[in-house]
Amino acid sequence: MTEGEIVAGCLAPHPPHLVYAENPPQNEPTAEGGWEQLRWGYERLRESLAGVEYDAIVVLSPHWQTYIGTHFLGLDNFKDLSVDPVFPNLFRYHYDLDIDVELAQQIHDKAKKAGLSVQMMTNPDFRVDYGTITTGHLFNPKWDKPLVVISSNRSTSYYSVDVMQEMMIELGKVTREAIKESGKKVVVLASNSLSHRHFTTESEVPEDMSKEHITSHAMHLWDMRIIEYMRSGQCQRILDEMPEFTEQALAETDGGAFSWLLSTLEVPSYPAILHGYGTIIGTGNAIVEWPVYKYKEAK
Amino acid sequence: MTQGELIDSYIVPVHPHTVLAPEQNPGWGKLRAAYDEAAKRIEESGADLIIIYSTTWPSIIGHQLQADPNPEWVMVDHDFHELGSINYSFNIDADFAHAWNKANKERGLQSRTVAYKGFPIDVGSVVALTLLNPENKIPAVIVSSNVYSNRSETTVLAKACLDVIKSTGRKAVAVTAMSLSNRMFTEQIDPKDDKIHSLKDDEWNRKILEFLGEGRLEDVSQLSRTIHQQIRVQKVVTFKPMWWLSAMNDNRNNLTGEVLSYEAIHGAGGAVIHLNQTASGVGNKEYDEDDVETFSGERGVLDEVNSEEADTPNQAESSNGPELWEPTEAEGSVNSQSAPKPVGAYPHARRVGNMLYLSGVGPRQPGTNSIPGGPIHDENGKPCDYDIKAQTKAVIENISRILEEAGSSLDKVLDVTSFLVDMDRDFKGYNEVWAETLGKVGPTRTTLAIRALPTPIAVEMKVIAQI
Repeated sequence: MTEGEIVAGCLAPHPPHLVYAENPPQNEPTAEGGWEQLRWGYERLRESLAGVEYDAIVVLSPHWQTYIGTHFLGLDNFKDLSVDPVFPNLFRYHYDLDIDVELAQQIHDKAKKAGLSVQMMTNPDFRVDYGTITTGHLFNPKWDKPLVVISSNRSTSYYSVDVMQEMMIELGKVTREAIKESGKKVVVLASNSLSHRHFTTESEVPEDMSKEHITSHAMHLWDMRIIEYMRSGQCQRILDEMPEFTEQALAETDGGAFSWLLSTLEVPSYPAILHGYGTIIGTGNAIVEWPVYKYKEAK
Repeated sequence: MTQGELIDSYIVPVHPHTVLAPEQNPGWGKLRAAYDEAAKRIEESGADLIIIYSTTWPSIIGHQLQADPNPEWVMVDHDFHELGSINYSFNIDADFAHAWNKANKERGLQSRTVAYKGFPIDVGSVVALTLLNPENKIPAVIVSSNVYSNRSETTVLAKACLDVIKSTGRKAVAVTAMSLSNRMFTEQIDPKDDKIHSLKDDEWNRKILEFLGEGRLEDVSQLSRTIHQQIRVQKVVTFKPMWWLSAMNDNRNNLTGEVLSYEAIHGAGGAVIHLNQTASGVGNKEYDEDDVETFSGERGVLDEVNSEEADTPNQAESSNGPELWEPTEAEGSVNSQSAPKPVGAYPHARRVGNMLYLSGVGPRQPGTNSIPGGPIHDENGKPCDYDIKAQTKAVIENISRILEEAGSSLDKVLDVTSFLVDMDRDFKGYNEVWAETLGKVGPTRTTLAIRALPTPIAVEMKVIAQI
């Protein structure tokens, strides 16, 4: 069997506002647009990967929050209505997604062997979190690739960012190894924002872009610092500064997705492609691609 | 219509074990039995509304209130999905939710109702309502826990809820769906091995239970920040449910408490606790937190108050208007330590025969000189938004204190002259508070618009009463 590989890794944030603004048929509310810089960023990401073949998408979302280890969706298909409990006015999405249970099980087994606390989720009534669905929709609106969905273990809340990162680096390593052994070509997605201090009010027209900006200058500086590290191939520095970034920017990196992503990609030292940056109710969001396939060709 | 009231409070655990697997562990079974006992008590109490404040429904845009009259779906816990699914169909009092939402906004809170098919009702609310109201006989309302809110905002949320309970004549039961210590084991365990995660968590839980068993709810409320640091996983900004529940109970420390059960659920501290309104023998303790009537819109208000605590009294004494005087003493003078100091040489009241003539009374607070509802302008004369209802209530409370000092009371007030600095803006709110208080006593009243008062207040009253 040919060795499997990660063809690309992406930072792919999940604010439901982006799905809302696109008016897809699956989503009940309708909008007059909004957040175009980020939506165009997702378009560029999709175009960038249009010619790249892959078999599955592995996504880690901070909105399936588990405290008893890391969980994996473990049934072939999930179909239901997802209503965002925080922004139900924007996101009521009818989803129908396929799971690559085989690959999920392989990552699960390797993680278990490595000593991580893991579990397969096989309850058919389970509702998939809106973070996974939003990132899934924006990355692949056709939904024609199966997903592996990994929960966000809340070890930052339980212990510290350092402990979380140690666990996520290990999970990233076993994810990479399992993908290699699977013989599949895979895209890995970290579904999280950067700085994550929200506005606590919402304008009457949620897509009113005259109201949109970062919550503070300090948040902006942190986001730009992290983006520059990505653009210049200094991902080890991101991991090194993750505790300060997470604390001071209230970053959504507390969920572990970003640390896991960088680990699956072997902490890239090559430049990432920034497809877009923008704010959503004050939080900072970047759409970033690590084109592993190009890097491999260059080698 | 009789004025509504809160008749009981309960604290209940959030995890689905009590619904889906009570037979798998004796402790889970005991919690289930306690839940069933609480349900029985609620039904027998004649309650006509259950209010759930759930710590497992976080919100960002202010507080959210469930307003779908009949939400139905299937709930599967994110962690404990292997235990099974809970089908739910609840009876929600949408009218109350809308009224509470309106009251929240009137008190300066960001708030909204949600009524969407398929809205994912959180595990804590699903468990609590499934077990406390198994046949949906009693309408319910559910409120979220805002991730950014602090004590002031959470207190105002409760006061707005009480406004609606009173005005709609409801007999309400308040429920906080929460864990005590919320640290769970991070691996799967055999149900028979369940226990509280650590000795430290257990000791803190027992301390909380001891207080609540004595009805000392406000003491627990004041320990909230410490509890949060000591035994809570830091997944939200603060430990809020005790703030809300205490404010729902007028920050009382002398309730009658009973711990129906305390057990571990996957390491977390789960308890069913009943707090009855009957005054216990413990007695009320000092209440030294800010008693906030309206939310001014700045989150973290209380932290700022804390950081400036040392400077507050002097600052407050010197602000809000001219120099303060000691009340003068003369034959028949009545002066009270629990009323604000005068701004000139006069007493709080003067007794002549069985008649009592009060000096003009404003809303300033004794001791701090602060103005409930906020001043009408800042120290530079810049106009401020203020709450006339809060100011009017404070005026009447000050009047009541002076009357009681003289051996009289509010129900002996004969005549009132009221002064408003902005009749157009404030008459309605002032009149509403009047109707709920002195309006029920029936004194004659004259209301005048005036240009200004000596301190930055919007309302003052001149009272004549009998002794």
